[in-house]
Amino acid sequence: MPYISNTDEQRAAMLAEIGMTPDDLFADVPKEFLCGKLDLPEARSEQQVRDHLAELAGKNHIHLTCFLGGGFYDHFIPSAVYALTSRSEFYTAYTPYQPEVSQGTLQAIYEYQSMICRLTEMDVSNASLYDGGTALYEAMMMALSATGRNKIIIDDSVNPIYRVMIQSYTRNLKIELIETQNEDGLANREAIGKQLDDKTAAIIVQNPNFFGCIDDFTDLSEMAHKKGALVISSVYPISLGILKTPGAMGVDIATGEGQSLGMPMSFGGPYLGFIATRKPLVRKMPGRIVGQTMDAQGRCGFVLTLQAREQHIRRDKATSNICSNEALCALTALVYMSLLGKEGLREVAQLCADKASYAYQKLTSIPGVTPHFRAKWVFNEMVLDLPCDAADVIGRLIEKGFAAGFPLSRYYKGMENSILVAVTEKRTKQQIGMLAEALEAVL
Amino acid sequence: MKLVFEKSVPGRRGLTISKSDVSTSINLKADLLRDKPAELPELSELDVVRHFTELSRRNFGVDTNFYPLGSCTMKYNPKVAERIAAYPGFAHLHPLIPQLRIGGILTQGALQVLYETDLLLREICGMAGFTMQPMAGAHGELTGIMMMAAYHKDRGNKKTTVLIPDSAHGTNPASAAIAGYVVKAVPSDDNGLMDLAKVKKMLNDEVAGVMLTCPNTLGLFNPHVREICDLIHSVDGLAYYDGANLNAIVGKVRPGDLGFDIVHLNLHKTFATPHGGGGPGAGPVGVVEKLVDFLPVSIVVKREDGTYALEYKRPKSIGYIAPFYGNFGIILRAYVYMLMQGDEGLKRIAENAVLNANYIKEKLKPHYDLPHPQTCKHECVFSATRQAAKGVHGIDIAKAIIDAGFHPPTMYFPMIVKEALMIEPTECESKETLDAFIETMIDIAKRAQTDPESVTDCPKTTPVGRLDETKAARELNIASLA
Ligand SMILES: Cc1ncc(COP(=O)(O)O)c(C=O)c1O
Repeated sequence: MPYISNTDEQRAAMLAEIGMTPDDLFADVPKEFLCGKLDLPEARSEQQVRDHLAELAGKNHIHLTCFLGGGFYDHFIPSAVYALTSRSEFYTAYTPYQPEVSQGTLQAIYEYQSMICRLTEMDVSNASLYDGGTALYEAMMMALSATGRNKIIIDDSVNPIYRVMIQSYTRNLKIELIETQNEDGLANREAIGKQLDDKTAAIIVQNPNFFGCIDDFTDLSEMAHKKGALVISSVYPISLGILKTPGAMGVDIATGEGQSLGMPMSFGGPYLGFIATRKPLVRKMPGRIVGQTMDAQGRCGFVLTLQAREQHIRRDKATSNICSNEALCALTALVYMSLLGKEGLREVAQLCADKASYAYQKLTSIPGVTPHFRAKWVFNEMVLDLPCDAADVIGRLIEKGFAAGFPLSRYYKGMENSILVAVTEKRTKQQIGMLAEALEAVL
Repeated sequence: MKLVFEKSVPGRRGLTISKSDVSTSINLKADLLRDKPAELPELSELDVVRHFTELSRRNFGVDTNFYPLGSCTMKYNPKVAERIAAYPGFAHLHPLIPQLRIGGILTQGALQVLYETDLLLREICGMAGFTMQPMAGAHGELTGIMMMAAYHKDRGNKKTTVLIPDSAHGTNPASAAIAGYVVKAVPSDDNGLMDLAKVKKMLNDEVAGVMLTCPNTLGLFNPHVREICDLIHSVDGLAYYDGANLNAIVGKVRPGDLGFDIVHLNLHKTFATPHGGGGPGAGPVGVVEKLVDFLPVSIVVKREDGTYALEYKRPKSIGYIAPFYGNFGIILRAYVYMLMQGDEGLKRIAENAVLNANYIKEKLKPHYDLPHPQTCKHECVFSATRQAAKGVHGIDIAKAIIDAGFHPPTMYFPMIVKEALMIEPTECESKETLDAFIETMIDIAKRAQTDPESVTDCPKTTPVGRLDETKAARELNIASLA
């Protein structure tokens, strides 16, 4: 009997001790609700289930050389990351409601919050959110509540997957959601400026943006603050190894997808949403927050704090409904950043940029392949125009063993021939060269 | 214990990174760069391993010992599921692959897992279709309420309110409010159940739906649940089932047969996926036939040729609520678990969970007040009022339990029970473990009468004692900045 310890004899003894029969246990359920035998597959043994899943895993083609990004990247994961996060004292625990027996989780969250603040140069961070998209949604809700306004401006250089999520979440709310169209690959200052008014709660932008272009939102922050609006920036954490931080740009809320910090791609999750903000907004933040404190003997320890914001206390008045978040993924990011350290993260970010720049040279030297945007600084991802339909070309390159990139036509009108190519530190010169050869061959 | 930052030694490295093999080194424009590197610690791999190993030793998991945290269902997490989730064929699969031309064919294994999990959950819950996208229970609630709103909009209904019992988990009212509804709390009756008469009174055309947990957060099965659903349906409202407690009735009772229209499941509770110290979870949502069109995109379908594909063209869908297909790694673990259980295994989960809870309830009944003495399902809720009269509160009992080597029950929830101690043993635990816990609880109850200080002094065995929560909130220190 899988994962049940008691034997039939023990069960009988327990029932006898409390004077009950097996039927008594469900006597409170009206008979007509009991459902009889369910139509489910016969139970399998551990060996059978492992064989079955090995077969299914084998049907997934993971050996394509990956130049696919779109906000989700194939970075190198050090061995010690999984070795530590798979310690069952961490992964079989619940949310740390009892601090004395949860100092491991609590201190790790405090350290994670600290790392996120150091990385983004923001003042405060929470314990994690589900993913980069829901983190952006939560940031938007924070801005609406903090400003008491109801207009949101979002530039279409923000990840389109996140934009469609935000559209779903706001459909029943009384919110004016304005989308501006990027200006040659960067957030469109003029269009945003025109929309920005005293009803605007926030401007939402991203850096590097979906096209891989690097932006600096210092001017946008000044513009927004003059009108009493906030700036929310989604950011790719690896890029912060070298790029200017949301904190330095005057951004009010920084969010992002933390998958690149040591999490496998795992077909879309579990991932990690992070959110960081400035001190005055801390009480508007969603989710768990861990704080440092002391016991009666003066020993330092950690607890969940500012809980008066949360659903278990405030119920329908809470800042968010989030309860379980992505604690183990936050731990993963923490271990990853601890292993890389100050220099390591800088090096990885620089390697991404260097290899992307090499790929840019190689790919744009193919006849008919041109950069889509005029000279722009990119981090590790770039939009290239092909002489023909990009989705088609990508299909043909899959046959040659490459996940060459993402076709932008899926989300952008008039970009049928454009492909988004991502390069991480894991890609070698040889792989980039082979992609260039293969691309040239299929054009 | 020192923070990871305090262990940093300038120049120390934890990972050798491959040297660049390309000739280019790009110098990005200086004003696009950060002025100084992020102040991450500088540590060797050994430093990092020692640090996190030490932290892990200051943690309590299901693998450590009995963890009867009510409502959270801390059952054993089978190792086989961890192993399978790490198979490279799943772990290294990029989520955008199936969205590329011919990419669907390259991800058939993963799509089959999603498709079959959907089918299994439909059968278990009596629903017509599921979305795998929600990333935790509360996210499932929000998704479900968004579908409720889409249904009413589609029908031209003007609805404003959602009814939720006062015993509900905090996420229920929070989710309904965030989705744009006004929440009305329905008081519980003397038996701890949603009061049918009150529901009748509060019912009107503005009611969009009701959110119920069944068995509820007191561990009680409401025999009038079908009548409540019928009442809600009479005003074209929808009945939402918070599946956090499905583990009590899984395989024996299907929420769909009780009259529910929308169901969320917390996979970590019923289907034994690990909780990770606060997530990741997964909160698939199932709906009845009339709501299937509103499910989020994409969903996995099986084509006539037997292959699996993603379907996006669903005009009535509420849209994307997650970037991809939910927390795939967690869904995969739950799929493995369901395959190992089958029909009989699922029924045994419910039967053993309920037996274990009733065993504890009966054994502790003489020693602690039990506001709702009827047969319970997967958990029982005591009140420490008798002990509180001696100055020993729920929290003191919890800390004394820690010193005995167990994790405490859930305290002070549900809010409608004073000094609540909510005990959920789960089906996994043996009689020996339950007896040892019962003995501890009886001993604490006795000490509360004869030597209260020996309880209020606890815990004494932990790396830190009780922590000052007021100080934590007043002198807010939530990040160590460089
Ligand atoms: C009854 C009930 N509903 C909802 C939830 C929320 O689920 P999650 O933490 O997965 O978001 C919980 C979790 O504790 C619960 O016990």
